[in-house]
Amino acid sequence: MTTLPTHTETRLGLVIDLDTCVGCHACVVSCKGWNTQNYGAPLSDQNPYGADPSGTFLNRVHSYEVTPDDGPAQLVHFPKSCLHCEDAPCVTVCPTGASYKRSEDGIVLVNESDCIGCGLCAWACPYGARELDAAEGVMKKCTLCVDRIYNENLPEEDRVPACVRTCPAGARHFGDLSDPNSAISALVEQRGGFDLMPEQGTKPVNKYLPPRPKDTWEAETDVLAPFLAPVAEDARGFLGWIDRTLSKL
Amino acid sequence: MHPAPSLIAFTTLSGLGFGMLFWLGVDATPPTGWVAFVFYVIAYALSLAGLGASALHLGRPSRALKAFTQWRSSWLSREAWASLVALTVNALYAAPLVFLDQRVAPLGWSGAALALITVGSTAMIYTQLKTVPRWHHWSTPVLFVSYALSGGALMAGKVDLAVWLIPLTGLVQGGCWLAGDRRGTTSTLSTATGLHAPRAFEAPHTGDTYLTREMAFAVARKHAEKLRLIALLLGAIVPTAILLLPVNHLFALVAVVSHVAGAMTARWLFFAEAKHVMGLYYGKI
Repeated sequence: MTTLPTHTETRLGLVIDLDTCVGCHACVVSCKGWNTQNYGAPLSDQNPYGADPSGTFLNRVHSYEVTPDDGPAQLVHFPKSCLHCEDAPCVTVCPTGASYKRSEDGIVLVNESDCIGCGLCAWACPYGARELDAAEGVMKKCTLCVDRIYNENLPEEDRVPACVRTCPAGARHFGDLSDPNSAISALVEQRGGFDLMPEQGTKPVNKYLPPRPKDTWEAETDVLAPFLAPVAEDARGFLGWIDRTLSKL
Repeated sequence: MHPAPSLIAFTTLSGLGFGMLFWLGVDATPPTGWVAFVFYVIAYALSLAGLGASALHLGRPSRALKAFTQWRSSWLSREAWASLVALTVNALYAAPLVFLDQRVAPLGWSGAALALITVGSTAMIYTQLKTVPRWHHWSTPVLFVSYALSGGALMAGKVDLAVWLIPLTGLVQGGCWLAGDRRGTTSTLSTATGLHAPRAFEAPHTGDTYLTREMAFAVARKHAEKLRLIALLLGAIVPTAILLLPVNHLFALVAVVSHVAGAMTARWLFFAEAKHVMGLYYGKI
């Protein structure tokens, strides 16, 4: 429990496409919906309808502005949840063994009945992927919907994490990243998937796909533009007289 | 990082208590009888108050005993064991001193060593965190042990030692602040997101969350310079000046109160000034 497995049979994880994500936060809502009423303690809210609402979420979507050298600024939506790191620092700091990484599929989980709520794992995680539930006093984190992906009571298409199932843009992909022939590994290969904060040495399993280069604005963008040339380049008549007079002042 | 009062009390009080146990343990001519009893009551009261405060920090204090299970990998678990063993061995050393006027020197030495190991383990809980560059450095255990030794010497009445150790701790503290200010991190918002020169545009939430409360704490860092001076003044300069005067017990008490207040101010800064790389996602740090 206390130490990390030397080897995991599979490496289940997510691949998140920063090009496709539209920032709708549907994954945030479906994650909260599924995980508040299934595995483990509910994800509580504090003062949800008051002036200062706060609550526990396992997945959150940031938004960043990037300005390419040769184009206008772009908005990149950035969903962030547990990356199920191979070298997960949150696991080894745990004093009770409540945090563990499964040797069969590499999912990082919290055994809530052993968690004392010291918060050290949340401090050890560079990504802010763990949140201490204020009502329950135990650490909550993404379970990769471990109660869906192996659940034979669900239709097969639902045996993926809730965030993946719900994403209307198809920006979230789930699969085995240890299998080079899996669709998800191919996607990482083709699109140049990358790790978050590789310098922290956590070896995240989840990968992110970069935004694709956007079309440039060099060429003609509107086929009607040639037909819509300004009709009066040289102002005449009364308005022309005003224009000339005002220009002289 | 959020400067939780429970953690400030835990690290300063247990540091003082274990520092006191160290000096009582290595003392070749230790107090005996009632005097020893009073010294050990104070040392145990400080250590246990500190450990009790750390339990208050837990979301589930009732399960605190589970923290003894993972000593193979977890510094927090090792700290729990070290404190338990140190308190036990020092009690075995104290009992003959108090009741039989007998000193069992090897027990005293091992108790002293265990007390220092406990303080070192407490420091390692913070030192191990690569995510907090200000803490992730060998100087953190040095700092914690310095405070324990100087405060412990003061509490144990080792005035000759305290008059040197307290200013030395002040220097160590000053060095840690200056070095910590310069210590950067290779993590940036760019490495955190994989994007080219990103700017944090919008946070995922409108209110605050556990993450922002706990790890993106920024309140009153603007007073950091003044607080550093106050910490040095109360923690090192005033107690040293008092010790250099012809001391009586009342003044020694003023020196203790001043030193503890200074140490607590410094410990507040230890947490408040420490920045967590997670803050990058919020465009902070």
